[in-house]
Amino acid sequence: MDGIHDMGGMQDWGSVTAPAPDERPFEEDWEKRAFALALLSMRVSGTNLDAFRHSMNRLQPMDYLADGYYGRWLRGAENLLTDSGIIADGAVDARTRRQLGEDVVEPPEPEPHRPDYKPTAGGSLRPLAAEPRFSPGDAVRAKDIHPSGHTRLPQYVRGRTGTVRRVQPAAVFPDTHAHFEGENIQHVYSVEFRSRDLWGSDAENFVLNIDLYDSYLEPVA
Amino acid sequence: MSISERLPISMRTEALESILVERSLVDPKVMDAYIKMYESDVGPLNGAKVVAKAWVDPEFRERLLADGTAAVGELGFKGPQTEHLEVLENTGEVHNVVVCTLCSCYPWAVLGLPPSWYKDPAYRSRIVREPRAVLHEFGLDLGADVEIRVADSVSECRYMILPERPAGTDDLSEEELAALVTRDAMVGIAKVAGPQ
Repeated sequence: MDGIHDMGGMQDWGSVTAPAPDERPFEEDWEKRAFALALLSMRVSGTNLDAFRHSMNRLQPMDYLADGYYGRWLRGAENLLTDSGIIADGAVDARTRRQLGEDVVEPPEPEPHRPDYKPTAGGSLRPLAAEPRFSPGDAVRAKDIHPSGHTRLPQYVRGRTGTVRRVQPAAVFPDTHAHFEGENIQHVYSVEFRSRDLWGSDAENFVLNIDLYDSYLEPVA
Repeated sequence: MSISERLPISMRTEALESILVERSLVDPKVMDAYIKMYESDVGPLNGAKVVAKAWVDPEFRERLLADGTAAVGELGFKGPQTEHLEVLENTGEVHNVVVCTLCSCYPWAVLGLPPSWYKDPAYRSRIVREPRAVLHEFGLDLGADVEIRVADSVSECRYMILPERPAGTDDLSEEELAALVTRDAMVGIAKVAGPQ
């Protein structure tokens, strides 16, 4: 989906954050709890990492941005848990309001309906016997498609032509895996784009390397 | 709903934890173990050891650049978010820098959890469009003849940078070298500085 998460090339975000040499992984205590809850929510909801990423991408943009990185992890986890019927819609709101001293009734516990899904192995990489469709040096074009579901094809490369640098290990296809529509194992290619093919002739001159799934690519004659 | 009407995220987090724990769906001790692992055990020190070893051991360096996953596995570094690792070498001629524009994919097993600047929309949006300007903001000015290569890690491939070994470090031990290596250099927004 073309959501707020697809940030490559957006303008007007201002200066980058100055690095703090001794920065710890979590700034505040709630971030630690949100991090662990999100990791566990995948198991509790019977889903997977791609579904988790999509659960954040489909947050309303204000929700995506409001509470920073771990805020979106927490809200993504809530999405997974409500989708699988583990918690009711509004359950977290109601519990929070009760903790704040408001007299609200919590919704009843729903009937779980986890997705009909079981991974064929751990992680995302899988062996694939079929030969890769492309080899290093091949010219390829990223398809100009706009899937309404999950995808890892950023908007800024769609329709652009690049060159295959390397064939990476095959992996489950996020676009179907996130929706429990099959692992659809496929080759992944590191593709190089010239910056001026992406951003125009006035752009800085550099090389952009991005890893794209076979389904995102088409040959260039 | 405006932001001012939103419930505090710290309270929401507490609320979700209390719902899941009271139904025994989540064990707070397991949560504590996950947190401890990424607060104390897994962090950029792992990557610094990899870099220092590559600087002193040319055969390891070759293995690292050929198959990053296997080479860092020799040091015991593997785990979630590092299923496949490619190590890119920065030199006087080529400078690599890593991002994930779609979320914040990052090689946890060697670098730990990502720092704030890496997760920031300003970095995610701009480094793939104007890397020279962004690196300048970080205090890194590269010569006009240096080729910049930006890796957008949006699949399950993860990237780590092997930075250039700074001058004046010939007499340092592997351990002393590791102490010089920064997280920022292993993502590509800085170089490693020599000993002070």
